[in-house]
Amino acid sequence: MSIGLFRIRANLEHSVTGFANIRIARKGTVRMGSIFNAQQIVNGLQVGSIYALIALGYTMVYGIVRLINFAHGDFYMIGAYASYGAFFLFNSFFVGKTGILAFIVLAASMLAGGVIAMLANQLAYKPLRYKPKLSSLITAIGVSMFLEYFFSALPMIGPSYRSFPDIIPKVEINLGLATISNYVVIDIAVAAILMVGLTILVRKSVLGKAMRAVSQDKDAARLMGIDIEKVIGYTFLIGGAFAGVAGLLAGMTYPRIFPYMGIQPGLKAFIAAVLGGIGSIPGAVLGAYIMGLAETFASAYNSLIGEGIAFAILILVLLIRPRGLLGEKTADKI
Amino acid sequence: MSAQLTIQGMTHYFGGLRAVSNFSYEVPQGSIYGLIGPNGSGKTTTFNLITGIYTPTEGKILFEGKDITGAKPYKIVQSGIARTFQNLRIFSSLTALDNIRVARHYTMKSGLASSVLRLPSFMSEEKKVKAESAALLDLMHLSHRAKEEAKNLPYGELRRLEIARALATKPQLILLDEPAAGMNPKEVEELMSLIVRIRNEFHVTIFLIEHHMKVVMGICEQIKVIDFGETIAEGAPDVVAKDPKVLEAYLGKRGA
Amino acid sequence: MAKFKLPKFLIAAVLFYAVIELLYTFELMNGYILHIINQSLIYVILAVSLNLINGITGQFSLGHMGFAGVGAYVSGTLTTLIFKINPSAPGGMLIFVLSIIAGGIAAAFIGFLIGFPSLRLKGDYLAIVTLGFGEIIRTIFNNIDYVGGPRGLLGIPKFSNFTIIFIATFLTIIIIRNLIQSSHGRAMLSIRENELASELVGIDTTKYKVLAFSIGAFFAGIAGGLFAHLLQLAHPTQFGFIKSVEVLIMIYAGGVGSITGSMIAAFALTFLSEGLRLGIRFIADTTGLPIGGEWRMVIYSLLLIFIMLFRTEGLMGTKESRLIKIKEAD
Repeated sequence: MSIGLFRIRANLEHSVTGFANIRIARKGTVRMGSIFNAQQIVNGLQVGSIYALIALGYTMVYGIVRLINFAHGDFYMIGAYASYGAFFLFNSFFVGKTGILAFIVLAASMLAGGVIAMLANQLAYKPLRYKPKLSSLITAIGVSMFLEYFFSALPMIGPSYRSFPDIIPKVEINLGLATISNYVVIDIAVAAILMVGLTILVRKSVLGKAMRAVSQDKDAARLMGIDIEKVIGYTFLIGGAFAGVAGLLAGMTYPRIFPYMGIQPGLKAFIAAVLGGIGSIPGAVLGAYIMGLAETFASAYNSLIGEGIAFAILILVLLIRPRGLLGEKTADKI
Repeated sequence: MSAQLTIQGMTHYFGGLRAVSNFSYEVPQGSIYGLIGPNGSGKTTTFNLITGIYTPTEGKILFEGKDITGAKPYKIVQSGIARTFQNLRIFSSLTALDNIRVARHYTMKSGLASSVLRLPSFMSEEKKVKAESAALLDLMHLSHRAKEEAKNLPYGELRRLEIARALATKPQLILLDEPAAGMNPKEVEELMSLIVRIRNEFHVTIFLIEHHMKVVMGICEQIKVIDFGETIAEGAPDVVAKDPKVLEAYLGKRGA
Repeated sequence: MAKFKLPKFLIAAVLFYAVIELLYTFELMNGYILHIINQSLIYVILAVSLNLINGITGQFSLGHMGFAGVGAYVSGTLTTLIFKINPSAPGGMLIFVLSIIAGGIAAAFIGFLIGFPSLRLKGDYLAIVTLGFGEIIRTIFNNIDYVGGPRGLLGIPKFSNFTIIFIATFLTIIIIRNLIQSSHGRAMLSIRENELASELVGIDTTKYKVLAFSIGAFFAGIAGGLFAHLLQLAHPTQFGFIKSVEVLIMIYAGGVGSITGSMIAAFALTFLSEGLRLGIRFIADTTGLPIGGEWRMVIYSLLLIFIMLFRTEGLMGTKESRLIKIKEAD
């Protein structure tokens, strides 16, 4: 967060989102007090967008197989590294063509996140589908550990932080009350586009209907001729892809990546999904933005409270309204 | 003389769904009463309400004069009501003997310390409980299964094990939820004489849910019929069996 | 007429102790191996106490090392910062033992608190909440400067030796075994098997769940205290989620619900871990390849996945060896 003297240059050719037409240049100091709340709201929405993309994957997987995929945060990490790798791989081929490069990097993150998610499902979760829930949970922990330590152990990736490259140069615009960078717009816009896309998929497409059917009653869905495992596989694919994009966006916005970067955001996104109602897609989005805002405000107030706010939210939700804000009441037949 | 179990105006909603409606009944001590009705009519929910798994939205439940409405299940069990389950809830990995012994646990006075230190008082209590549990298994013709894991027992034996376990809690009233489910005619006959025998020898009241009309007609002194949570008939079995409302509930309008 | 049979486990334990002591005294075993044995024994305490919560009572707890951390910091604070004793001081040993117990009691209190969420939450959710609690405990210690904050509590006197650790481990096993093989233990098992049915045979499931957490936490706290006085430090990173998962791997490898299994697994995995560490270092040194210590954890996580996929019941399943199991009088 930089407060103080601003000099803004809008670099037309490099801005993907079409901010091209805005040219604002203003010099001057901005007092912290006057922009405190608006700036925090912007920051909160930004981080909330990233949480939303991760939370969607958690909620979709939980909705369809009732599993908390501990490794989901690590798909986010893999997406970040994949886009990092893709950037350096293709950089020299597409010099100057930032648009294409951005697309490649985006595709890489989605592909990596989605494919690893599908592999995890196929190799580790599917065999345990009909065994006690606890086995799957523990296996998910194992997968998570494996991914983190594996990436950490690989010499070319290593445990230390890496700086994420500037795929799109950062442009900051001072709007008086708050400073928005094009990253903020990208983060929110990409998340929004993907969320809308997912909603259309779930509501209108055949796959979406199948996903909803399997979430509600696996056996009935099977009897209707739906290939359960294929639907589950696609769910992991989409969820993992979203997490991968979130990793790319996070890498771009908070430009340090490291193999354990998925732990905290993963946990927070999970709590966000629980807050919104685990299994509910709109719930995940709602919960994520609330989490993002709450965390930003809390951290600005006191960093220790900021660390603990996510957990506090979890405890409150589980004690007061376990089904979350938009979740459905489920009753076990006794 | 007041009844052992008195239910007054019990109504229960699950969200917007009314599962049980204005249920009132009086079950006298030592009787064998029945609760019947089509599937989904609210019978098991009634049992769940009596045993404290749910707290009724409205109404009162009195047992031996005490108000037990909404009390915690384990407390209700300790005050003398036991139950079996429609879908069998056995402790699968425990032996048949241990299944019974668990039900005796609350009657034991040995604390943690005497258990850990293996004090003589603890040892003698364990011995007594083991003997009592073995006797119950014997009564149910399950002695040969005492050391076997419950999950290995065939269905019919598991049903008997659950009844034995319910008996082990030293109840005054036992709620049996479809005890004859899945049994062949011979087993049903044996079950019927077993239930009567239990009532006579252990001086317990029996309140049972059943679909097997033979059991209901054979051993119940009085039955209540419910459908969609509402009482549609009450009385002696042979009277209720002819009630047009009951026939309609089971067979539909044409079959009545 | 009372029959007095010499307990098999006691004999085995005494033999074990004697053998190790002899080997060490006659320098057939060096201090390094003894150190690993000491660590293994402490992990036995951790595994067996976690097994009481997870395996016997069926409550999925992922923050077990948090309890150990409480024990470590409380006992460490007492011996190092408050009483400032050392092994040679007279009465030092007594204060040490009391401090360890105090650590255990503090941990038990935390376990008691954590037991309450277990009443409302099941499976997945309980796991997350216990994980969170473990992390909160770790974060709290990380932020208290009095006990060293992020640097950790250093300079803890080395009171833990083979004899003390052995006695603590022996007592832990006996107490938990006696508890499990009693009516109280059966009550806990019934909660694991079918909580509703357990409640419906008169078991106060609330009491037993909270009890399991408290007792499990107590022994974890003891283990933490012993650890701190062996390694002479207590550091927040020793008590995080990954460490809790390591203990979890032990009880799954050995067999959830089996004390024997936990004992074997604790020893096997502690030695394996050390062996891997040395082996990886050796390979890295000889080949010159940049192979880091992270590979140890990679192998560990693969081990966990492997166990879950191919042998969920672990080594012993729920069985106990005849050494541990008390033969019931007929």
